[in-house]
Amino acid sequence: MQLTEKHKQYWQKNLRLTGVLLAIWFVATFVIGYFARELQSITILGFPFPFYMGAQGSLIIYVLIIWYYARSMNQLDHEYGVHEGDE
Amino acid sequence: MATQSQSQFYSSLKKYYTFYTGGFISFVIIVAILEQMGVPNKILGYIFLAATVLLYAGIGIMSKTADVSEYYVAGRRVPALFNGMATGADWMSAASFIGMAGTLYLSGYDGLAFVLGWTGGYCLVALLLAPYLRKFGQFTIPDFLGARYGGNIPRSIGVFAAILCSFTYVIAQIYGVGLITSRFTGLEFSIGVFAGLGGILVCSFLGGMKAVTWTQVAQYIILIVAYMIPVVWLSVKHTGIPVPQIAYGYVLEKVTAREIVLNDASTPEGAKEAEVRAIFKQRQEAAEGKLKALETGGAAYLAEEKGKLEKTVADLKASSVPDAKAIEAAEKAVTGFPADAAAAKKAWTAAANGAKTKTAPIAAHAEPFAGKDEATRDKKRKNFLALVLCLMVGTAALPHILMRYYTTPSVKEARQSVFWSLFFIFLLYFTAPALAVLAKFDVYTLLVGSNFSELPSWVNAWATVDKTLMSITDINKDGIVQLAEITIGGDLIVLATPEIAGLPYVITGLVAAGGLAAALSTADGLLLTIANALSHDVYYKMIDPNAPTTRRLAISKGLLLVVAVFAAYVTSLKPGDILFLVGAAFSLAASAFFPALALGVFWKRANKFGAILGMSGGLGICMYYMYMTYPFFGVNAPLWWDINPISAGIFGMPVGFAGVIIGSLLTAAPNKEIQDMVDHVRYPSLESNTDTQAA
Repeated sequence: MQLTEKHKQYWQKNLRLTGVLLAIWFVATFVIGYFARELQSITILGFPFPFYMGAQGSLIIYVLIIWYYARSMNQLDHEYGVHEGDE
Repeated sequence: MATQSQSQFYSSLKKYYTFYTGGFISFVIIVAILEQMGVPNKILGYIFLAATVLLYAGIGIMSKTADVSEYYVAGRRVPALFNGMATGADWMSAASFIGMAGTLYLSGYDGLAFVLGWTGGYCLVALLLAPYLRKFGQFTIPDFLGARYGGNIPRSIGVFAAILCSFTYVIAQIYGVGLITSRFTGLEFSIGVFAGLGGILVCSFLGGMKAVTWTQVAQYIILIVAYMIPVVWLSVKHTGIPVPQIAYGYVLEKVTAREIVLNDASTPEGAKEAEVRAIFKQRQEAAEGKLKALETGGAAYLAEEKGKLEKTVADLKASSVPDAKAIEAAEKAVTGFPADAAAAKKAWTAAANGAKTKTAPIAAHAEPFAGKDEATRDKKRKNFLALVLCLMVGTAALPHILMRYYTTPSVKEARQSVFWSLFFIFLLYFTAPALAVLAKFDVYTLLVGSNFSELPSWVNAWATVDKTLMSITDINKDGIVQLAEITIGGDLIVLATPEIAGLPYVITGLVAAGGLAAALSTADGLLLTIANALSHDVYYKMIDPNAPTTRRLAISKGLLLVVAVFAAYVTSLKPGDILFLVGAAFSLAASAFFPALALGVFWKRANKFGAILGMSGGLGICMYYMYMTYPFFGVNAPLWWDINPISAGIFGMPVGFAGVIIGSLLTAAPNKEIQDMVDHVRYPSLESNTDTQAA
């Protein structure tokens, strides 16, 4: 079928959201991991910062990323009229 | 059931599982009362394992089904929350439950690669795959490859890869089942394997995905309760705060301070540690000296050494006042002497390596990539990041996990369901590092410096059960425990925590039941994936598309049995290291599936030839690298850029992506029908939808 302009916009918005969230994911995982030794002197709640991120901080960020994505996309579906019928 | 609306179904599910959780807690209390009445520990262990396996079988029988959609995708009516719990149990294997805290105990920061990799992968699942696969809505992952790329070749490669990585993974799980049943019931390992297997089969055999789903929810509840209780208790013991995840930062500070004292030879305790390390250094050198002499002297040297030992025995016996103890020790040395040069080489190499690990100072728990020079640290960092990436991408490519998102009622719920999945997984994964630190604190402060005559009871108990898990010897004969005198196996940490925390045996039984639940639930999901790939993708889609439902299900169930028995047989041969098997499964999945799946959704231009090239190329490189570098295969080729074989996916993934892209650009774009299908999966609802969903 032919997609409307509105459909294309929906997909563009989805791509943008996905890209931003993936960038956050990348920083929380690989950038912090790469500079772990350099960040060692910062302390948070008694933990050295990189250890805290690896053991808790990044995990919390992951949970939030997925929660935010599900919420925004479910809203976006309604906004663009591509949501599923209830039940 | 069919007349029930989804919301009614949801609320009755909540009622059932609340009731179930209450029932389970009362069961634990009853067993605790039995323990107080003097029922022996072994019986309690039996009660726990038997009761839980019977429970799973019961749920399996209650959910038996002859409906194709229920068998393959649980009727697509699993609410997000419950699918999250089921995915959590499906996901967390014996390696997570028993192994992870131990790995963190032994390797500190570097072990966090597993924590990060096994959680962060869900971001990729949520953002790149789950909602789209749900919209596509068929039964298996090869189904998607077959429909998206057209033809049987992409599907067949998918089937091959799905079976390869699931089978590698399932062996590690069945191994875990065998380990737990044999340790807590005293059955032999191989009997334990088959007994556990019975529990797996009853469930998936009768009700397929439907039974597996509801059993996994029950298993999640058991495993999370079993994991939390001992850690909370240990946290109260050491910090007075019942929230270990918050409290352990300050414990970690104390552990770090303790490491510094023990490594500092100018403190009294540090001096004792240095003394023990010096003894190990001598032992290492002695063993290496013998190895060198063996190389030059050969069998003659061996005979000479044995002669010396025999002479000692004779001398002792001939002395005027024979010392019975000394004679016995000397005779033992003679009988224990290696029989030939090969045996001697093996024994002495092991002795030298064993002693060598004990000569190094204590590694700092919180320090990332510790090493003696910049090159070692760099190498560690590189491997850490590579492993994290392989585990993450592998997470987003393992068929038994992706399959779970076919079972939700809608795309919306699939998205929410990934959130619940990670949330439930997160509960365990952010507790594991706390457990490792608390256990380390206990060992460093209470065990080290204590008297050999009054060791805590758990030390003796585990040292007699299994020397590889716990061994402790007074090396410098001062009667005081030094850290270097203790050898701890990683698996001990979770298994012994209840005893370290001073809890009754009933909690130990609970932990065993939790570990069993973790291993069984993962094994269930994996076996089902393998059997479905064979019965649905190979038989129904490729051999006989007109097969009636009853025959399709009969074949699926038959295959399940064959695969399970074969997997148990392979496991009973004990093939290598669990952690490597698990890691290998992730690297294989990441290389074979991820590029073709993600590009299949996000790049319309990707076509059949690209998929074939990318999947076979990625998988091929990954397998080749593992074969060439993993010691088990005996080739031992030099590493590429110092990357360990467990992270072979780091080479497979780029080859996979390059293959899909280059192959697609070289050939014509996919036809209109397939491009429409891509649009179809991108939008939760499109008017004039081409319906790809199977009932």
